[in-house]
Amino acid sequence: MIETIAQAMLPVDEKYEIKKNRIQKGKSQKRICIVTGTHGDELEGQYVCFQLQEILKQRDDLNGIVDIYPSLNPLGMDSMNRKVPFFDLDMNRVFPGDKEGSLVESVAYDIIQDLKGADLVVDIHASNVYLKEIPQIRINETQAKELIPLAKLMNVDYIWIHSASTVLESTLAYSLNVLHTPTLVVEMGVGLRITEKYGHQLIDGILNTMKELGLLENNVKPVKEPIISLDKNVHFLNAKYAGLFLPIMSHDHFVEEGSLIGKIVNPLSGEVLDSIYSPCQGLLFTLREYPLVNEGSLIGRILER
Amino acid sequence: MEEKVIYELKSLYRDHLRIKGYQFGQGKPSVCIVGSMRGNEVQQLYLCAKLIQKFTKYEQQGMINKHYSILIIPSINHYGMNINHRFWPQDDTDINRMFPGYSEGETTQRIAQGVFDAIKDFEYGIQLTSFYIPGEFASHIRIMKTGLEDIETAKLFGLPYIVVRDPRPYDTTTLNFNWQIWETKAYSLYTKETDIIDEKSVQEGMNSILRFLYQKGMIKQPMSGGYVSEIIEEKQMISLKCQQAGILKRFVEVEEYVEKGQILAQILNSYDASVIEEIVAPTSGVIFFLHVKPLVYGRTAIIKMKIDKI
Repeated sequence: MIETIAQAMLPVDEKYEIKKNRIQKGKSQKRICIVTGTHGDELEGQYVCFQLQEILKQRDDLNGIVDIYPSLNPLGMDSMNRKVPFFDLDMNRVFPGDKEGSLVESVAYDIIQDLKGADLVVDIHASNVYLKEIPQIRINETQAKELIPLAKLMNVDYIWIHSASTVLESTLAYSLNVLHTPTLVVEMGVGLRITEKYGHQLIDGILNTMKELGLLENNVKPVKEPIISLDKNVHFLNAKYAGLFLPIMSHDHFVEEGSLIGKIVNPLSGEVLDSIYSPCQGLLFTLREYPLVNEGSLIGRILER
Repeated sequence: MEEKVIYELKSLYRDHLRIKGYQFGQGKPSVCIVGSMRGNEVQQLYLCAKLIQKFTKYEQQGMINKHYSILIIPSINHYGMNINHRFWPQDDTDINRMFPGYSEGETTQRIAQGVFDAIKDFEYGIQLTSFYIPGEFASHIRIMKTGLEDIETAKLFGLPYIVVRDPRPYDTTTLNFNWQIWETKAYSLYTKETDIIDEKSVQEGMNSILRFLYQKGMIKQPMSGGYVSEIIEEKQMISLKCQQAGILKRFVEVEEYVEKGQILAQILNSYDASVIEEIVAPTSGVIFFLHVKPLVYGRTAIIKMKIDKI
């Protein structure tokens, strides 16, 4: 059943609505929420929302509630805008929201009220338009103990335990975890695109987690064992020069120390400005998709192995 | 006056980004004034330009006291300003969410680090800034309560209001917060406008800075006027929200005193101009913030009022 969880009027003959679809079978009140589209330029979660429903239609063993929220930022998604248009505001920096606050803050409050109390929330992100990511779950170190066991069920390649940052306290996931609603942040793929392979991998993980939580009764596919690491194992490659980045190494590949990752070139002068080499042996789990770089732009990340 | 490039970033096809500082006087780093950090902060750029003009004259007249050095950085994100964009053009990040910066990090972290390195040792820091909701403000000094704030000194600006507020999680990456952590006494100065220039409030903001510098003994020219500042906790202000959306018709101006029951604004139906909602003052007080765009969303705070003390 499709429900509106937050709404407001827009100036000219339009309602601003955030919707969810509730799929409920059996007597159990256990609840999993699939949330995506906080950033309007991230579409990987759209495929998961659709395909998960296709699979659930074919299964007859659901016992509980699956709530699907495909777009927390419908105005951004419709206008290919990462942020909330009009306010130019990153929605994932206003949680837990404020009931008495302005539109975006009060809508954020409504979203939290609707999600809190779930047995699990899966918040699906798709990096941004600049970088491609392997399927991974990112966990704040202060919440690692409770979340790692759940994250291991999700069939992702990698679980990144990152250091605490006060900025990230304004995210949906952090705010829900503080309210004792376990929430996992999935990052996968790239902005404005759909990577079907990653979508299916994550759906297998969601089904496996549902089975473990008691929402599904019959068998599900086995899942992979993820790599788990802390910040110190992750090497960042940043551009030393502004230019055009031409990758040589493919995303999601193991590289040797000294492997050539790519080059930064100048199409005006014809110069090669820089050759970027891997500082270690490891997995190239992040790679730049958008070819133009400023000085400092992230080129990739390598997980040292 | 010494013009210097504080930070420079090369681009592939655009001219280099040069962040310039204008230094007046010689001596210990006394006060740093940062203007436009977002590409739409035109009023803040202009206010700095007027200050640079004033200090150039003061310096020629020997009106800047010895042992004090004043630095003005009029613009940081003019890559954004030159294309009418508030945030960093390529990745839309906000430089004022990147402090203290990181020299090995992403582009805007590097810019923040380059700027912060040049300004972190000043005794006083004044940032001319703006709010994310488009609107007009009563001129005021805003201070975050970090435990290191100096509210008493803020009274030297002589503006009508000093707003004090608790930091939110994302505030920890702003310039103001980091200045305080590095033991600079930091003040955010809000004037009426952002995208457009209001000469009267530019003059008021400029006078308040000159008043502050005179009171701290940095310049010789006294600045008359000024208010006995009222200190307000932000949470004590009333937000008046509209529930309906449509065309906003305002009946009041920012800084205007209003009586309880007075109609402050109406929301009109976008198709037939009928009144669909009235915003009424729940008590008497002063209009502190006013939404100014002609179209307004539902559930939006269109007015903030400073209420009378009971």
